[in-house]
Amino acid sequence: MFDFILQAWASTPVTAQIVLKILAIVLPVTLTVAALTYAERKIIGYIQVRIGPNRVGPRGWLQPIADIVKLLMKEIIIPSGANRALFIIGPILSLAPALIAWAVIPFDNTLVLADINAGLLYVLAVTSMGVYGVIIAGWASNSKYAFLGALRCAAQIVSYEIAMGFALVAVLIAAGSLNLGDIVRAQEGSFVHWFWLPLLPVFLIYFISGVAETNRAPFDVAEGESEIVAGFHVEYSGMAFAVFYLAEYANMILVSALAALLFLGGWLSPFEGIPFVEQVFAWVPGMIWLLLKIAVLLFLFLWFRATFPRYRYDQIMRLGWKVFIPITIVWLIVVGLAVLYKLPWWFD
Amino acid sequence: MSAIRNYIKSLFLWELFGGLRLTGKYLFSKKITVQYPEETTPQSNRFRGLHALRRYPNGEERCIACKLCEAVCPAACITIESEQRTDGTRRTTRYDIDLFKCIYCGFCEESCPVDAIVETRIFDYHFEKRGDNIITKDKLLEIGDRYEKQIAADRAQDASYR
Repeated sequence: MFDFILQAWASTPVTAQIVLKILAIVLPVTLTVAALTYAERKIIGYIQVRIGPNRVGPRGWLQPIADIVKLLMKEIIIPSGANRALFIIGPILSLAPALIAWAVIPFDNTLVLADINAGLLYVLAVTSMGVYGVIIAGWASNSKYAFLGALRCAAQIVSYEIAMGFALVAVLIAAGSLNLGDIVRAQEGSFVHWFWLPLLPVFLIYFISGVAETNRAPFDVAEGESEIVAGFHVEYSGMAFAVFYLAEYANMILVSALAALLFLGGWLSPFEGIPFVEQVFAWVPGMIWLLLKIAVLLFLFLWFRATFPRYRYDQIMRLGWKVFIPITIVWLIVVGLAVLYKLPWWFD
Repeated sequence: MSAIRNYIKSLFLWELFGGLRLTGKYLFSKKITVQYPEETTPQSNRFRGLHALRRYPNGEERCIACKLCEAVCPAACITIESEQRTDGTRRTTRYDIDLFKCIYCGFCEESCPVDAIVETRIFDYHFEKRGDNIITKDKLLEIGDRYEKQIAADRAQDASYR
């Protein structure tokens, strides 16, 4: 049976193989988005001493399905003053980068769709594209709220991308490679060999910038209900709105996956290097560890949303430009020196 | 000195971790959600819900069309018309309450000298057609007949405070 599958796989054309591989990544990501919306409502509900959705299906598991069906049935209203073509391109442009970035994410030592040398650079380049979807959507809506929301969102994403880029440069110096697989392999050794410890400030800045990049609370001024209704997607309805929603959550998962790969040892077991315990957990595939790390980081996203009030806009800008960028630059020098003098444990 | 302390506190996100700790604690606390159709919260015997017109035990309607409720109603939602019966008593021919206007203040019940108009504990009702929001004398009497037991019990429980 297994041989048969391998034979069938070998006889399929390469293009079809790649398409199947892409599906094998995109479908689980989409399903994770559905699960994440459910988890978000449930966890935030629990933190607010409520129980969250529990009516559709056992314990409310089918709630995301019900939401999707609802959004599919709804009409997509295109405002009469809107630019039709751009209005429809907007959500697609914001979802596509969130999905294509997954091409270079290694799920295991060898399990990666495109094992390219400039993986980190590719991720940076592709995630920066997401802001165009937002700007185009806000502009094409021809609505003042959407326009203001898009401006806020774009300014915020662009500012935090600098801090994020510097944080990634620190990782790049520490690992000495742009290939995501090599970066993870450079963290081999044990729990404390992972880059979160030598790059702790950079890790925090990367993750907080990630929250800001994805426009999640407490940095969600782009959709501040009290001032600009829903921000850049105020004119969107039905499936077009759902695509924005999908993009936001896919971006959250992507940021968490990158944080897990770059700072938390990716697929490496947290028990590595600890005698005995290492043997006990040796059977667990690396992908499980990666998924667990992603899940923990996603939980942090939801925890933040349930805890922190929204930042004021000038505070967001101050935090990005006057706090994060200086700290990352300082830490770049620290990491550079540590690598230069081969600081034991991490860089020897 | 305190400026430096504040600076260090904000740099290391001290207050933010405090907030996270607090919400983290609430994540595991007992949930207080009342699952409404299956569970309900306790209701006072003074609850002011849907209106009803009551009858005497002999079946005669209590309302004598004095129109005190119509006069006291702050939302002016009650409309009463009356006539003299052949036995000489005065009764209503029309007793309409517009439930869209009603603010459920309970003044009609307080003003009623014969305890005819009352507000019951019913709070979950709906209308299916335009015009259904105006509830007529027949419907009010019907509600009164159906819930007379509970209405009487609630009034008896509250009697010493009136």
